[in-house]
Amino acid sequence: MGLVFPFSAIVGQDEMKLALLIAAVDPSIGGVMVFGDRGTGKSTAVRALPGILPQISVVKGCAYHCDPAVVAPACAACPARAAGKEAKVPVPVVDLPLGATEDRVVGALDLERALSRGEKAFEPGLLARAHRGFLYVDEVNLLEDHLVDLLLDVAQTGENVVEREGVSVRHPARFVLVGSGNPEEGELRPQLLDRFGLSVEVRTPTDLATRIDVVRRRDAFDRDPVGETARYHKDDLKVRRRIEKGRAALVAGVAVPDAVLERAATLCLALGTDGLRGELTLLRAARALAALDGRPEATLEHLRTVAPLALRHRLRRNVLDETGSTTRVARAIAEVFAA
Amino acid sequence: MASSGPDAVAATAVDPSALAASAAALLAVLPHALGGVLLRAPGYDEAAAWSATLQSLLPSDAPVSRLPLGVTDDRLIGGLDLGATLATGRPIAESGLLARAHGGIVVAPAAERLATRVVATLASALDHGVIRLQRDGLSAEFDARFALVAIDEGTDDEVVAAALRERLGCWIALPARWRGEAWPLPTRDDIAAARARVAAVDDPEGRAAEALTVTAVALGIDSLRAPLQALAAARAAAALDGRSAIVEADIALAAQVLLAPRATRFPAPPPEDEPPPEDQPPPDEPPADPPPDTPPPESGESERPLEDRILEAAVAALPPDLLEALAQRADRQLREAGRTGIERAGWQRGRPVGTRRGAPRGGARLHVLDTLRAAAPWQRLRGRAPGAGTVAVRADDFRIKRFVERAGRTVIVAVDASGSAALNRLAEAKGAIEILLAESYARRDRVALVAFRGAAAEVLLAPTRALARARRELSGLPGGGGTPLALGIAVSLAVAEQARRGGSVPTVVILTDGRANIALDGSPGRPQAEADARSAATAFRARGVAVLLVDCSPRGEPFARELASLLGGTYVALPVADARTVASVTRALVDP
Repeated sequence: MGLVFPFSAIVGQDEMKLALLIAAVDPSIGGVMVFGDRGTGKSTAVRALPGILPQISVVKGCAYHCDPAVVAPACAACPARAAGKEAKVPVPVVDLPLGATEDRVVGALDLERALSRGEKAFEPGLLARAHRGFLYVDEVNLLEDHLVDLLLDVAQTGENVVEREGVSVRHPARFVLVGSGNPEEGELRPQLLDRFGLSVEVRTPTDLATRIDVVRRRDAFDRDPVGETARYHKDDLKVRRRIEKGRAALVAGVAVPDAVLERAATLCLALGTDGLRGELTLLRAARALAALDGRPEATLEHLRTVAPLALRHRLRRNVLDETGSTTRVARAIAEVFAA
Repeated sequence: MASSGPDAVAATAVDPSALAASAAALLAVLPHALGGVLLRAPGYDEAAAWSATLQSLLPSDAPVSRLPLGVTDDRLIGGLDLGATLATGRPIAESGLLARAHGGIVVAPAAERLATRVVATLASALDHGVIRLQRDGLSAEFDARFALVAIDEGTDDEVVAAALRERLGCWIALPARWRGEAWPLPTRDDIAAARARVAAVDDPEGRAAEALTVTAVALGIDSLRAPLQALAAARAAAALDGRSAIVEADIALAAQVLLAPRATRFPAPPPEDEPPPEDQPPPDEPPADPPPDTPPPESGESERPLEDRILEAAVAALPPDLLEALAQRADRQLREAGRTGIERAGWQRGRPVGTRRGAPRGGARLHVLDTLRAAAPWQRLRGRAPGAGTVAVRADDFRIKRFVERAGRTVIVAVDASGSAALNRLAEAKGAIEILLAESYARRDRVALVAFRGAAAEVLLAPTRALARARRELSGLPGGGGTPLALGIAVSLAVAEQARRGGSVPTVVILTDGRANIALDGSPGRPQAEADARSAATAFRARGVAVLLVDCSPRGEPFARELASLLGGTYVALPVADARTVASVTRALVDP
């Protein structure tokens, strides 16, 4: 893969960028689902992530990107751990291509070694490769249901368990799942949607000046990827520092005052979102945003900003109500915050 | 371009034949950047002539792949090369059809019938120029920069998927008897020279980008890919004419070839009129334009902004019957929206649940990888030295694929929208259907809608999961006319059979007051209509489709009850059964 379109060069798409930043600061937020029409560049921001994410330290040569600082249970793939060799690598952003088969996703018997040496060895799959990073699935609705369930399970437990063909492997697989889908091309199961932490809607900009800007920047990048990448490098670094500071702030602790807790509960009640997941994600996202902003505590404004992202996809769906979820959330926010 | 001088901008109507030729030349210069063509031709000859013209312009070694309709993932994306793997004793990846088309073109006849997954794979390859293979224990990436020639042979209710249309830069409707030789095309060498030049072609002050974006908006083109592709085309046009910078004629040609065919509306005010203020981007107004009252330095038209002149050129290339075509296109798109999600037959269905030992006979498919895996550990025992080059596979090693067919369900609702039914509680029947729809949604069933009234039965909605659309169709359903019950039954059966061929289990719900009064041939008259309905019901029963007949007449219609028994189905009278009961009876039918 050559150079990718820089994160900072993306015009608009603020909601998408915000969701990815929140997930970068707090990967446990539970993944991001991206809804959007065709040709809105849904994948551009995801592919640009390595440019704005701080590099990670890994045990050199480990197929699972083990963190040298973490005393993990013995990892069979960490040959150099004893020697203490470390490496800095970019955060993995792994693409799950269409037509991928299950053996390549979870990992399977290493065919080459089995064929040439008659050995049974485990070859890690895409889940292992995505550990500590992002796993991007374009057109989630086209993926077979059982693969989607599997991804969500692993994303939730942070562990991939493989029991097949006489190999028995268990390895950590913590990643942020980013899925994209076009609601017009088949409905997504509500159970599936609920398992994503955040959701965003990407639309083609309607403002003429913005549209011209998008076309010009894209054209400029296509013609001179090296120059354009360099041009936005500083901005990308700024974003990276913001993420680093945000992570540190989150570790140090971001307070959530009672007023924010109450407002979150009121909002969820008003929208009738099922279960606690929505409310928890809402608070988590507000906290992450406060951390990104370098604030010691989350405010009502933070809550308001992240509410559409955390709740939009959790509304109990009235299939016969054509009012978009976005509109319903916006209406509820306006009501609850006016009170 | 040969057909237009460097500074001439066509203001009169443009010949579509010439544009088709220009499209071939532009595409030959930048195949991947323009995505490809959506080709509609009156017949096979024209489409073949156009494809041949494109090929004659591409480098002589450019590969041409034909995309078979039922192409499987391993042929399309690639997979394990069994021969090479066995010969070398290590896994060898075989590239698929798309990767083999790298640097050339992929021709997709009957593109409107491509399966959703094939469309998505093509779209991804067109976007990224690579094919990522993560299959059968293989992990590889192949370059796949090609142009797609999608031949749209669709009739009224078959359209090329929007995800593909969106990515194809040139939309061409070929006139009858189109021949490439009739047009002054560049030579293969001209194209090669243009290819070498095109990357360096400049867009001074980004004016082409601006003009094409503005023009696209004025023509109602929402996608931003369209102006980007048009910009690339303008570069190609400049390169073909040997220029190092884009001039107005290049922009105009790009607008005519790429933007005009994708127009979804006539530009708001006719371009002869005063340009609307919102079409002029105030901050980016090119300073080169003199005020309107000073004498124009170049030509009589230059006092108007570039955008307007480009838009005018594009409008000249709009098809004369645009309004009619737009109405048709909108209609086709609606139909398509109702069809999405259908996976056509020919694909292996169901969830793979691993493999089992067995011979690949009787339609069972050999799982090559698992077979090799089964054989691999035994190689030494079978006397093969590691790396000796071949693998000894015994019959014992054969593994075949197993699938669990998760049969989807399709609920086909046939509504009697005749005048008599409209009187007899059509509204309540609609209420019952809405509950059915909501339940179908929860179960992820597909729903189809058939309406019959007057002399016709119509499939309002082909099987879909788009519930909101089903509801819209239903609420907009007018009532009136006679009751062609026989036709309604026959059409429902046809839809049910089609669903069954697609691997789904059909259930039919017929809502009627049973007052059949239109015969199968469309003639009025109760006796013949009832006789036809009886025979249609008998034919229906023979196909073994589960059916529920909901009688919506005021006091229960004996004929409706008789039909239900002829159909071999369940009878429910709405007067005694409210909407919820109808729904629960259907549920019992669907989930026995």
